[in-house]
Amino acid sequence: MTPSRHDLALIAALRNGLPLVSHPYAEIGKACGLDEGQVIARLGTLLESGVLKRFGVVVRHHELGYSANAMSVWEIPEDRIDEIGARLGAVPCVTLCYRRPRRPPVWPYNLFCMIHGKDREAVKSCIQGLIEQFGLAVYPHDVLFSTRRFKQTGGRYGRSADEAAA
Amino acid sequence: MDEFDRRLLSDFQRSFPLVPQPFAELARRLDCCEDEVIEAYGRLKDEGAISRIGAVVRVNAAGASTLAAIAVPQSRLDEVAALVSAYPEVNHNYEREHGLNLWFVVTAPDRARVDAVLADIGIRTGLEVLDLPMRAEYHIDLGFDLP
Repeated sequence: MTPSRHDLALIAALRNGLPLVSHPYAEIGKACGLDEGQVIARLGTLLESGVLKRFGVVVRHHELGYSANAMSVWEIPEDRIDEIGARLGAVPCVTLCYRRPRRPPVWPYNLFCMIHGKDREAVKSCIQGLIEQFGLAVYPHDVLFSTRRFKQTGGRYGRSADEAAA
Repeated sequence: MDEFDRRLLSDFQRSFPLVPQPFAELARRLDCCEDEVIEAYGRLKDEGAISRIGAVVRVNAAGASTLAAIAVPQSRLDEVAALVSAYPEVNHNYEREHGLNLWFVVTAPDRARVDAVLADIGIRTGLEVLDLPMRAEYHIDLGFDLP
C-alpha cells in the first residue's frame, strides 16, 4: 500500500517515539491532526500492510552489552545472492541483511550483514560460522568493525505538514 | 538488569498494545501499575537502553534512505563526522575500520532529498560520497533477542 498524506504525517509525528504519558496516542494525534482512535486504527493498518515492520520498544544494542558490531560484506554472484541472502538473514546473530549495489573499483561487495555480539570474538565466531555453514570461503569478503558511534537515532521517515509545504 | 526491566525491554518490541492506555495494559500484564511502567521506561530511555517506543518503518515504504560511506583522512575524521551528524536526515553515523572509514544512513521523505543531502556533504567536505541504496532485504526484523 502507498501511505496517505495522513499516514506520512503520523509516521513523522512518531519519529521520536511515543511520549511517556497515560494517553500517548492522543498526544501523537495532536501533532498530526488526528484523534486518538484514528491514530490507533491507522497504526494497525500500517502494520498489517507492511509499511511498518514492527511497532514497539526499540533497544540500543551497545548499552545492553552488545558492544561489538561489524558489517560483514561479501561479493556474491548475481545468480546466487538472493538464495544466500535469505539463508544469512535467518541466522540469529545476523541483525540485518541487505543486498546493495557494487561500486567498483572502490567497493566490490553487494551483500551486507550486520552482526552484533558481546565482544569482537563473539562477532568473529558468528562470521566464521556463516562462512563454514554456507560455503562462503570462495567469495571475496571483508569485515568492518565499528570503532566509534557518532550518532544513532530513528530515521526521518514520513512527512510532516511543514515538510509537505516545503 | 532485573526481571522487570528485562521484560520491559524484550517483551514489547513487537505488538506494542494499540489501545488508548498502552502503559496501563502493560502494567496489567506485569502485575504493577501504569505509573511504574511509565517511570521505568523514562529511566531506561535516560540510561540509553532504549532509543524510543515507536515504529520501525520498512525501508523505502514511507520515504527514501541509503547507506553512504566516505574515505576520510584520519586528521579530518572528527570534523567530517560532526558535519555529517549535524544533518537531521542522518540517523546513524559510525566510524569503521576500513579505508572507507565513515559510514552513515540518510533517510528523508523522498529520494530527491536524499540526493541533495549526499551532494551537499560531498561539496562541503570535498570528499567522494559512496551511495549504496538497499536493493533487497533478507532479514525479517522481529526485534532484538535479549539473553
